[in-house]
Formats: sequence, C-alpha cells, structure tokens
Amino acid sequence: MDSASAPFDSALFPEGVKRCKLKWFLFWIAVLHGPLMVGIVATLMCWGLALNVTYLNNNYPFGLWIAADLGVIALGAGAFFTGFLRYVVNIEELKNIVNYAVVIGVMCYASAQGILGIDIGQPLRGWFIFWHANVHSMLTEVAFCITCYFMVLCIEYLPLILENRQINKFRFFHGMAHHLHGAMPTIAAIGVFLSFFHQGSLGGVPGVLYGRPFAYREGFLVWPWTFFLFILSAIACGPCFTILITRITEGCARKRLVKRNVIEILAKISGRLLAVYLVLKIVDTLYWIVIAGRVGAPLSSFYVNQPYGYWVLITEIGILGVIPAIILLNTKARQNDSLLIIACILNCTGIFMNRWIMTVQSLAVPVMSFDKFVSYHPNWVEYATTFVFVWVSAIVIMLSYRYLPIFPQEKELNPL
Amino acid sequence: MFPFAFEWVPEATRYVFMGSLYAVLISLIIIMHYCVIRAFLDLICPKKNHNNH
Repeated sequence: MDSASAPFDSALFPEGVKRCKLKWFLFWIAVLHGPLMVGIVATLMCWGLALNVTYLNNNYPFGLWIAADLGVIALGAGAFFTGFLRYVVNIEELKNIVNYAVVIGVMCYASAQGILGIDIGQPLRGWFIFWHANVHSMLTEVAFCITCYFMVLCIEYLPLILENRQINKFRFFHGMAHHLHGAMPTIAAIGVFLSFFHQGSLGGVPGVLYGRPFAYREGFLVWPWTFFLFILSAIACGPCFTILITRITEGCARKRLVKRNVIEILAKISGRLLAVYLVLKIVDTLYWIVIAGRVGAPLSSFYVNQPYGYWVLITEIGILGVIPAIILLNTKARQNDSLLIIACILNCTGIFMNRWIMTVQSLAVPVMSFDKFVSYHPNWVEYATTFVFVWVSAIVIMLSYRYLPIFPQEKELNPL
Repeated sequence: MFPFAFEWVPEATRYVFMGSLYAVLISLIIIMHYCVIRAFLDLICPKKNHNNH
C-alpha cells in the first residue's frame, strides 16, 4: 500500500497488515455508540433511581444480570483455558490465538464486573465484600477470584498494548513487553488457579441451597457436584466462544486471521470436554431426579409452571448440549465451517441457558406449600444495561484489532 | 481485611481465604515489579543479543 492511499492512522497499525479507512472505522464506532448511550442512560437510572426501575423483586433478587454475569464468566473461560493449554500444557499452535482469547477474556470479565457494579445497587459499597468478607460464603470466594483474575487478564493484555508499533519504539516498553512474555507461564498458572475456584464456586452457590431441592446437590467435601459441573461446562464452552468471536472478526475484516489447524485444535478439545460434561450432567440429573423424588419433590413439580416446562430440560441437555457435542466430536462435521459455527452458537447458548436455570429458575420453583409461582421477565432497563457491555466489548475489540498485533498469522495469511 | 483489624476473627477459614487473596496479590505485584526492574536494567545497560519476539 502506498503512503498516499494509506489510512490517516496507518503508522499505528501492526507491521505488514491492512486495515480499513479511518472514516469507516469511526463510522462503525459511532454506530455502536447509539445503543451504548441507551445503556448508559439505563445504568444512570439504576444508580440514580435505585433498583425499583427494574423488574427485580423479593421473589427474584437474582434476575437477568446474574444469569448474564455467570454466562459471560463461563464464556470468558476461553482465556484461562487457552492460556493453560498454551503455557502449561505447551500446545505451540495456540500461540496464534491466545492473544485474542485474552482480549475476549478481558472484556468478558470487565462485563461481569460492570454488571455486578449495577446489580449491587450501590457500587460505592462494592469494597464491603473485601473488607467485611463473609469467609463462609462461596460468593466471597467468587468476588475475590474474579477481581484477582481480572487483574491477571489486564497483565496478560498489557504486553499487547506495549507491542503497538509506536509504543514499542520506546526501549523501556519494548523490554517490559519482552519480560512480561517471559513471565506469562507463571501469570497463566495463577490465572488457572483463580479461574478453577471461581468457576466452580459459581456452581457451588446454587448447589449448597439445601432448602431448594431444584438446585441442591450432594457433593465431595464442601463442594457440591455443581461446583465441578460448572468448571467442566465453562472450559467446554470457553474455547467455542473464542472460535465464534474469531470467526465473526474474520467476517467483519473479510480475511482469514487464524489458520484452520488452530481452530481445529480448540474445537476438538472443546468437543471432548463437552462430551465428558454431558455424560456427567446426565448422570447428575438422573441421580437428582431419584433423590429429589424420595424427599417429596418429584420431577413434575419442578416443571409444572410455565414457561419452565419440560422443554427447558430437553433443550438444555439435548439441543444445546448433545447436538454441538456430536458436531464437535465428528472430524468431518467440525471441518465444515457452517456446522462448526452452529455448534459454537449452540454450545454458548447452552451455557447461558444453564446459568439462567441454575439462578433464575431455581428461585422460580415454589418451595413451601403456600408459595405461589411468580413469573419474571426482565424490563428494558435490565436488557439495556446488560447489552451495554456487548457494545463496549465490540468497541474495545475493534480498537485492539486495528492497533495491536493480536493475530500473529495475519501477515502470512494476507500478504499485501 | 487485615489480621490487625478489630473485626478479624482468628479462624481457619479466614486465614485460608484472606491468605490466598494476599498471596495472589503479592505474587502479581512481585511479577510486575520484576518486569519493570528488568526493563529498566535493560534500558541502562543494554544487551547486544536482545532477541525480538
């Protein structure tokens, strides 16, 4: 590309790659600011007028926000698991996608913390959970681990920023990026430790509710079986979300950014983990049906109230679990781009549905004989504040893609 | 919360929870300082064979 036709900000681009004109880039950023502003207005309403602007109530203190929170944390597991496979298991090929997994992870965890910042109603008291920690609560462990892991992700993201073409010209920043890369296995190991516990503890929170037969599970020592199922489901769907976002980015950029074999490795690992998860989930569900029936809570009592009928169970395990697992386990099927994308979408939707069931549906099922079923539908404020983080994430990803060397194979796949 | 705060209850769970939190935070601080100090040392005494990555 000659200097006359190069975009105005081309000096900031990674070496040897092509990007769209600055006016188009700014146009799309401006487009994303539309819904973003709606979300910001909704957020200010939540903070200024309190949570009664939402449809949360005493029956549903956990609503869309918590389900979305658990969902994005599970999707963000792609960062820690890809980091684990790259730096601890040492799968060399994954170095070509681990940077992008980190960017996605940063945005997932930033979104989770942002949603919590709105959900707690008074964010100025957010520090209470650290200072007045209830050390007997799994949610405290979750808060500690999410905060620390977000720091880990920011440290993993830092060398990418320092490797920007202009910033990297400063020898100090160049050296800093170099040494951070050297420390990455240690940082990744800390990330694995933190992720393992908070992914599990998020599952442990419903699993220990012994007053709610729909959610309660037996377990191992202090950990209910949901603790282990949540870890497994997160590491099974995290890589699929990384693949999905990579494919969307490739679609928007209209070029290949990652070689097929890298995607293939992630898809294969994801498929196997999803299969293991499904086997354990089905065993757990069957055991739960028997045990809950013995204590006077037959299966039919959980699925009698609409919209939470039997279709929920069938959709979660069958359509959003077994089907993507079959596609991801079959070599020919996962090599087909369309089928791979369908499998990733189903898998990621399945994780959201599972988190919704374990939080919102758990609260929906009446427990006492005098309890009545009350339905819950989030209002526009809840939707707008949840989606605001999608728009912010899209903007950060666009900026990162334009100015940071995220895809090491881009130059080779798209020679100028 | 620190062990010298009046709300601190000396129980095993609290030591495990808060101990793990501080261990992780200290590890991250050490790693960041290590990288900054190494980068600064590279700046004042440059090496000849510094491979680009």
